Amino acid sequence: MNATLLSVVGLGMIFIGYRFYSSFIAEKIYRLDPDFETPAHSMRDDVDYIPTNRVVLWGHHFTAVAGAAPIIGPGIAVIWGWLPAFLWVILGTMFFAGVHDFGAVWASVRNKAKSVGALSGDVVSPRARTLFMIVVFFLLMMVNAVFAVAISNEFQATPSSVIPAWTAVFVAVGIGILIYRMGVPILWPTVVGTVILYAVIYLGEQFPIELTGGLLPVGAQWILILFLYAGIASLLPVWLLLQPRDYINGIQLFVGLGLLYGAVVIASPTIVAPAINPNVPASAPPIFPLLFVTIACGAISGFHGLVGSGTTSKQLNKETDARFVGYLGSSGEGSLALVAIIAATAGFATLGDWEAMYSEFGNGGMTAFVQGGARIVSAGVGISVEFAATLLAVMAVLFAGTTMDAGVRLQRYIVQEWGTIYNIPILQNGYVATVAAVTACLLLAFGAGGPSGEGGMLIWPLFGTTNQLLAGLTLLIISVILVKLGRPVRYTLVPMVFITTMALAAAIYQLGNLYREGGILYPLLWIDVAIVLLAIFTMLEAGSAFMREKRAAEAAAGA
Amino acid sequence: MTKRDTRPAPGPGTDGDKGWIARLQDLLDEFYTAPYRGTLARARRDEDDLFMLFVFAELMGVPNPASYYTLELQPVLLERFHEWHRRQGLDHSPLDGFRCC
Repeated sequence: MNATLLSVVGLGMIFIGYRFYSSFIAEKIYRLDPDFETPAHSMRDDVDYIPTNRVVLWGHHFTAVAGAAPIIGPGIAVIWGWLPAFLWVILGTMFFAGVHDFGAVWASVRNKAKSVGALSGDVVSPRARTLFMIVVFFLLMMVNAVFAVAISNEFQATPSSVIPAWTAVFVAVGIGILIYRMGVPILWPTVVGTVILYAVIYLGEQFPIELTGGLLPVGAQWILILFLYAGIASLLPVWLLLQPRDYINGIQLFVGLGLLYGAVVIASPTIVAPAINPNVPASAPPIFPLLFVTIACGAISGFHGLVGSGTTSKQLNKETDARFVGYLGSSGEGSLALVAIIAATAGFATLGDWEAMYSEFGNGGMTAFVQGGARIVSAGVGISVEFAATLLAVMAVLFAGTTMDAGVRLQRYIVQEWGTIYNIPILQNGYVATVAAVTACLLLAFGAGGPSGEGGMLIWPLFGTTNQLLAGLTLLIISVILVKLGRPVRYTLVPMVFITTMALAAAIYQLGNLYREGGILYPLLWIDVAIVLLAIFTMLEAGSAFMREKRAAEAAAGA
Repeated sequence: MTKRDTRPAPGPGTDGDKGWIARLQDLLDEFYTAPYRGTLARARRDEDDLFMLFVFAELMGVPNPASYYTLELQPVLLERFHEWHRRQGLDHSPLDGFRCC
């Protein structure tokens, strides 16, 4: 199979989804009204609520949702062959993610820009809100732990990426100071910062950094350094690090996508991996249901609903922009997942090389994307494979690193809020709360991955499961709103039932797997038990909400 | 029903008079600012709230060594006083001699 053909087919299908399916959903299901006064107008305060150009808003939504996850998930899931991953990413983007992201923005805009968390309490039940909060907490803990493990693995696989990845932190701080403190117009810091970022990739190649094992294994050292950094970074003012880092990442995302797709078209590589892998390693779990949680971001991800209903809905200029921002935002992420599939299946010289990479479940991921992508970029653009590998590794590490910064910060807020709710003054302290948040993540990373932390990628399917549960909850909220409005509900209900069932099935399957892995005291086993319970409660909650609304509708019709 | 807000959206418009560099600059600026506008405005407002406390400290019985300097700021800040005390969780003005609501 030719990779160019696959990317044309994939992107073409995503485009058809946007052009026709999203337009159908916008007109017949969500019934967008160009004259509806959005919260950005009705509640305008020029702080949170402010009408914003839809292209800018799409850029935010896209860059906020597309990070390391749509790279790692497909990078692992191609172990079953490229076809299942391809179909799930493309059909997931068209019929699941698009409707979900678009729906989250729409539901929020129609309800005074409330977040999906708040809506779950208002629309479904207070119990659903509690469920929602627990799922979000689990999600944050797992995302921090698993991304630390992924970065640590990547630093060991591509030591040349260490210097450029850390230099990016200083470049971000420089940009932050120039723009916020010195009021320099944004264009020049952007140009100079980007040039420095790519120039230090040469430096990284000259001076690869490999830690030596001392008291602790190398992987553990990196994980500790990363959390020390994330803890400090999360305490710094937003304008100094997080804001410019996000901005740099956004630019890197556009450059990276352009580079990769450009290289695929020019080099036109052949996919060496089989469409459906006949020699799946014995360690790999069954494709049903694990494919649907291994690839969460890139097909459908509950995290998008948090972004869509958190900031995007407060800035939407017209209700009709929701389609462009929400549906096309998730399409952007689908295109990143698609190129990750291509890199991890067409970027290898022979089938033997590919099989060596995928000798065990959980392998591949970011490393397969970097190594495979580097060969394609090198063939397409003419730069050396080593340089291309460093470039892609830095891109992936920066995505994951920024998510960690933001994730630790959000967890700190949650711990501080607990301090307030339960009246524990010490937890209200920012430093103490950060230490508590970081410790929880470290316990999870080492508890799951052993002393070196290297086995921590076992968290990945659990992270995906939690993410899908969140997506299920968001689709439930949208469906209940649609029932109340007397509109067709199957376009959101079918994805909701499918994804929640897959999440529950995957969580149940993993119980046995995790028990065999670490016995009864394995922390991941107990997290998985919690996820199974959460999934069951979600389904019960969904059933009860629908029965209630149906009865209400019937009573209204009878009256 | 409130009157529809007709103020233009900030950021990159369709201003044909601007050169492409200026338009690119606007686009990047908006891309940089928009996600964190609320966070930064809140941080700035927290700083301002603390400053309000200093300025009105004496009136609430808290000794303020700099009152000689802050006294003349009071008339300037009075119009923000109502919003400030509401933000601090006080439904009514905490000052005996000054009632804004």
